[in-house]
Amino acid sequence: MSTKTELTITCPAPIPAGDKILLGHGSGGKLSAQLVERVFLPAFGNPTLDQLNDQATFAIDGVRLAMTTDSFVVKPLFFPGGDIGSLAVHGTVNDLAMGGAQPLFLSVAFILEEGLPMESLQKIADSMHRAADAAGVQIVTGDTKVVEQGKGDGLFINTSGIGVVPNGLMLGSEKAKPGDKIILSGSIGDHGIAILAQREGLEFETTIESDTAPLHKLVDAMLGTGAAIRCMRDPTRGGLSSSLNEIATRSQVGMMIEEEQIVVREEVRGACEMLGLDPLYVANEGKMISIVEAAAADRVVAAMRENVYGREARVIGTVTEKHPGTVVMRTAFGTTRIVDMLAGDQLPRIC
Amino acid sequence: MKYIDEFRNPKIAHKLVDEITRKVSREWTMMEICGGQTHTLVRYGFEEMLPKQINLVHGPGCPVCVTPLEVVDKAIEIASMPDVIFVSYGDMLRVPGSQKDLFHVKADGGDVRVVYTPMEAVKLAKANPEKKVVFFGIGFETTAPPHAMAVLAAKREGLKNFYLLASHVLVPPAIRTLLDAPNNCVQAFIAPGHVCTVVGFDQYESLAKKYKVPIVVAGFEPLDLLEAIHMLVMQLEEGRCEVQNQYARSVTRYGNLPAQRAVEEVFEVCDRKWRGIGEIPLSGMRIREEFAAFDAERVFGLEDRTVEESKECIAAQVLMGLKKPLDCPAFGTRCKPEMPLGAPMVSPEGACSAYYQYKRHLAPSALPVDTHVGTD
Repeated sequence: MSTKTELTITCPAPIPAGDKILLGHGSGGKLSAQLVERVFLPAFGNPTLDQLNDQATFAIDGVRLAMTTDSFVVKPLFFPGGDIGSLAVHGTVNDLAMGGAQPLFLSVAFILEEGLPMESLQKIADSMHRAADAAGVQIVTGDTKVVEQGKGDGLFINTSGIGVVPNGLMLGSEKAKPGDKIILSGSIGDHGIAILAQREGLEFETTIESDTAPLHKLVDAMLGTGAAIRCMRDPTRGGLSSSLNEIATRSQVGMMIEEEQIVVREEVRGACEMLGLDPLYVANEGKMISIVEAAAADRVVAAMRENVYGREARVIGTVTEKHPGTVVMRTAFGTTRIVDMLAGDQLPRIC
Repeated sequence: MKYIDEFRNPKIAHKLVDEITRKVSREWTMMEICGGQTHTLVRYGFEEMLPKQINLVHGPGCPVCVTPLEVVDKAIEIASMPDVIFVSYGDMLRVPGSQKDLFHVKADGGDVRVVYTPMEAVKLAKANPEKKVVFFGIGFETTAPPHAMAVLAAKREGLKNFYLLASHVLVPPAIRTLLDAPNNCVQAFIAPGHVCTVVGFDQYESLAKKYKVPIVVAGFEPLDLLEAIHMLVMQLEEGRCEVQNQYARSVTRYGNLPAQRAVEEVFEVCDRKWRGIGEIPLSGMRIREEFAAFDAERVFGLEDRTVEESKECIAAQVLMGLKKPLDCPAFGTRCKPEMPLGAPMVSPEGACSAYYQYKRHLAPSALPVDTHVGTD
């Protein structure tokens, strides 16, 4: 290129839309949302499904029920703070709890890989038993399939759950209103970083533990305040940003969150810095966000702090009529930035 | 977090902004070269903080963005081979080649793995003697030493199944190309701290002298960059054009000599095509003849190919600081991170991606987002 010519414009051609499933379709980000919109809703759409909450709620003979299902494919099977078994129980209990339901019964389906040590299965079953007892739910039905070696990561678990929703309680991600407060129950990023550290063999001064926990008692305490709660979410895959973006989109409202109000544990921050990841996009398994009428926000936070899983609860931001569908964060410097939903999984940066 | 929070202190930041505001008397255009710095500037909202007279443009320093299309296509071809384990840094997986990206190769059954260091690829080669393990070694002067070390380690251990697909680029030739262009608008540079940690900054002194531009070597934290901008404003306002080292906690004049020796041993300087910009003479590094056995390009016998790039995206102008991402008609509509038209939208280090992720709300209302975020 001659140095005295005007620089010209060139850029690569786009990749044609994929005709195959990519890992990113399971990230909880935009690609996951596209699957739901383009494949599942056209195929299965009905008024209950169309609400797109973490659980379906419907009435049978005047009793309002919540129903949910979730699959767990975590690697490694055992990690600091929990294992795939306790995670499956908590995940399903929490999806019911986020609909305001009292969780009652779970089903468990195992897909086992040929060669899995019996001892591992036993440990996972015991862990599920303990988690179910502690959460006051019963595992009442199940199924087992075995696939050939190399066709699964030891084991996959699917759990479904049902619970009863108190009469008159109508939560939904489309119910957020300008002026409402956004409450987060505690620190973010613990689970995702615990898993990553274990998987990558990363060693930090302190072991980072998963926050996996059942949240239905915390929800009880919140509902007990009588406050108008619009919706609740547990920000698992895709992290805090995905959950907030989903609510902002479904309710057609904007959100303004405050960076300084979002708790990230020191060791999680350190790991994120080192790995080039943003804690806003890292998975949690024992945290929840709720959208609450402004007048009652402090009352709800106070009630949450009485519960072991809500000790660090606080208001992290406000719902606004500005920039509908977009979540904006005020940084520690007083400037603003968008908190977008990622396309796929967060990728470690090169430098 | 010790050693990090000190560099993110809002009080000190506002003090620096006040000093910059007091000092600045006219419009100045400055460029940060490095994608990591672009990311920080956009993430922390520098444009909102700084006085309007400071125009920050973003340089060609995202290694993911400037890796030539041909090299990405070669990577995809190698990664698709059945006996290959293809090992890469995470953000290269989404970079579009002319047909697909490495994520699609993975979905088609290719064995593509993400690592944090090239030594993990050397370990993989040892553990999988029946497989060919190819590491995708891209980047600036920063990543060249670990890539050289990986080749040297593979040689030391007598590995016959470890290969490096290398596509290295050098910063100073890119700055020269930019300053030589008649439509250049950049008046001062923030030089990349990590690159200079390796190579030092003495080679930037001749650039500053020849082109009469102030250059400040800077770190990556918000206060590093604010301090660097302050130093540049002082130089510009006082008519000085020196090289200053803001990142002295990491950078010395002559850099890391053992790292340079390893690079020198394995690589030699060559002409290199930059994606979106074109060929820049003596701006790249390739593997020397004596390490040909580890050079994926030679071993896999890939013909040099040229690939036509799309005409719609303004990547070159963005990479050269002539335009900002928001000036692109495709930005945020036809070009998004989940469907990148161009490389700067692919990596979070890329200017377009950083804008899309953090700053869309400041875009013209043509975008499907609100144009203004007030304070509540």
